Amino acid sequence: MNVPTMAEMMAQGKQPEVLFWVGCAGSFDDRAKKITKAFVKILNKANVEFAVLGTEESCTGDPAKRAGNEFVFQMQAMTNIEIMNAYEVKKIVTACPHCFNTIKNEYPGLGGNYEVMHHTQFLKTLLDEGKMTIEGGSYKGKRITFHDPCYLGRANEVYEAPRDLIQKLEVELVEMKRCRINGLCCGAGGAQMFKEPEKGNKDINIERTEDALEVKPEIIATGCPFCNTMMTDGVKVKEQENEIEVLDIAELIANAEEL
Amino acid sequence: MQYIPNILFAILLVVGIGYFTRNVKKLIRNIKLGKPLDRSDNSNLRWKNMINIALGQSKMVRRPIAGILHIIVYVGFIIINIEVLEIVVDGLFGTHRILSFLGGFYSFLIGSFEILALLVIVSVTIFWIRRNVVKLKRFWNKEMKGWPKEDGNLILYIETVLMVLFLTMNASDVHFQEMHAGNPISRFIADILPSNPDTLHIIERVTWWLHIAGILFFLNYLYFSKHLHILLAFPNTYYANLEPKGKFKNNETVKKEVEMMMDPSADPFAAPAEPTEEEGEPEKFGASDATDLSWVSLMNAYTCTECGRCTSVCPANQTGKELSPRAIMMKTRDRMEEIGKNIDKNGSFQDDGKQLLNDYITPEELWACTSCNACVEECPVNIDPLSIIMEMRQYLVMEQSAAPQELNLMMTNVENNGAPWQYNQMDRLNWKDED
Ligand code: HEM
Ligand code: SF4
Ligand code: SF4
Repeated sequence: MNVPTMAEMMAQGKQPEVLFWVGCAGSFDDRAKKITKAFVKILNKANVEFAVLGTEESCTGDPAKRAGNEFVFQMQAMTNIEIMNAYEVKKIVTACPHCFNTIKNEYPGLGGNYEVMHHTQFLKTLLDEGKMTIEGGSYKGKRITFHDPCYLGRANEVYEAPRDLIQKLEVELVEMKRCRINGLCCGAGGAQMFKEPEKGNKDINIERTEDALEVKPEIIATGCPFCNTMMTDGVKVKEQENEIEVLDIAELIANAEEL
Repeated sequence: MQYIPNILFAILLVVGIGYFTRNVKKLIRNIKLGKPLDRSDNSNLRWKNMINIALGQSKMVRRPIAGILHIIVYVGFIIINIEVLEIVVDGLFGTHRILSFLGGFYSFLIGSFEILALLVIVSVTIFWIRRNVVKLKRFWNKEMKGWPKEDGNLILYIETVLMVLFLTMNASDVHFQEMHAGNPISRFIADILPSNPDTLHIIERVTWWLHIAGILFFLNYLYFSKHLHILLAFPNTYYANLEPKGKFKNNETVKKEVEMMMDPSADPFAAPAEPTEEEGEPEKFGASDATDLSWVSLMNAYTCTECGRCTSVCPANQTGKELSPRAIMMKTRDRMEEIGKNIDKNGSFQDDGKQLLNDYITPEELWACTSCNACVEECPVNIDPLSIIMEMRQYLVMEQSAAPQELNLMMTNVENNGAPWQYNQMDRLNWKDED
């Protein structure tokens, strides 16, 4: 797999068109790594000149900030910004809405000014610019529902890009009763991913999975590695894992194109 | 002797408005106890938001039944209060229906007021049924016991009584009824009133006085009630956040310290950053009491209509957790009131051994939040409960190191190996060569 790093690019005197920010989940989590690879395959297929930071990348600090630790957050942020500014990074794409939100909204105040895109927005522009085509392939006609990640949707008002991409797969896009601005959280945000939930009578991901099951989808599409984990777990608890797949939009496209 | 009613009226007016002004001053003082936050930018967009969201009620109608009923009550109440102008002039100068010289137009005005008054009574009745008979879930959460519940109903009773007084006042006004114009509703009430002109006159005077006294009472009730929203909805939507909802404020004090730590030219032996000189003590990170919050958060708390729309969409609340964003707002307001009373009594705030944290809002509530912004999106008056939750989390973590154990582990990992889990940063690109 062709994954150049910024350091390698620099050694060759090259400046990539975009930095692919992989994120911690995308780098380490077994499920999320598949999303990372699917996205890289698409980038390679579309001949996008990209690079990753590789071992120079570090957590954006998002989970620390949402947990209330401004120190750890700003230390992380400033370290990352120092590295990216040294590479003169202008444009960043990431498959994680949390990294997307943090770098786009919170880094500028700390000296990091970049054009930041979520991978669904980036893929949409590739499509619009004719650098990539999507055909339905194996997904043609399937019932797919899309779960809006909070940090992509409400937090940054990106609702259409993921849906436009899904529709290109010639599938039947069915909306859950709570979608777009009304989308229900998967339960992972605000550092909840890293702790047990507070005392209650239900887990949030189960509540959300029930929303999805109501529209009887064959696939639940997501655009966030954490939502993906939560929904995958939910589907398992409901013993539907043989009927319903939980896939990232990058995976849907890569699979459809048989990359 | 003949001026006694005028004098009485003037006294009533001065006392009513005077007491209200006093409370408004208190309100402004309390809001100003909050920390500074600059919201003076982009006034065009701010006006636009205020006009759409408060004046135009645009977010109200996301719940169509409540939204439409509210528009009727809201428009009705504002328009009918034009009538108060006439009442004040009549009361002060001993005139009677001073504006009736407007003739046909006057009849048209009063006629419209009467129709609106009836619509308001109908809407308020439906509101009451939704609260007490249908028992909509959002009016029956835990935080809606005691005063908040009574307050919700009292407002509906007061509005009904005021409207009934207005209609009866018109119905018992013999001259007005004789004109037989502008009385589309009160004519039916006139039919059931006694026909003796003296009795009618007494009824007319009594309802006239009760009506204006009621309005002044209601005005003064606002400060103690969620009904304060009828005023604060306007500044609150004006000063609401305009940035993307996912953007959380970066703490400036932390920024200075981190910059110092990262600056290679900084003298490692220099004394640690001086505490902010003016205040003499180091600035507190995050919020443990209401006055640590920004003034916008405090205004939010006073604006809250206690409608519970936020709580009804909160993922934590829906799954049985302690957290309710509405309760966060109500508790903040309660604590502000307590602090305000403390200041009234002692001249300046004297430590009362209490705080917003623990005495009102528990860590359990704060840790249940997923920062999903559903509450912020949903609030019809653009209140932001999430920013309060985040400020208080900062205090718990940075001042008290009181995060749940798993979160401490996560933060240590981020700090040591640049990921929330225990992976080595040097393995970050391993995925490239795995299948
Ligand atoms: C003179 C003006 C106003 C009057 C007389 C008024 C009256 C009322 C009344 C009677 C209620 C209680 C409804 C119930 O019992 O369920 C209410 C609730 C409410 N009002 Fe107002 N209001 C006024 C202005 C406003 C404005 C400017 C806003 C801004 C959008 C607003 C927002 C709300 C909200 C959000 C609720 C809770 C509604 C719900 O339950 O969903 N009000 N108002
Ligand atoms: S941001 Fe927190 S309080 Fe608001 S709805 Fe989401 S979980 Fe509830
Ligand atoms: S914060 Fe907003 S949505 Fe929540 S109860 Fe108050 S007014 Fe209603």
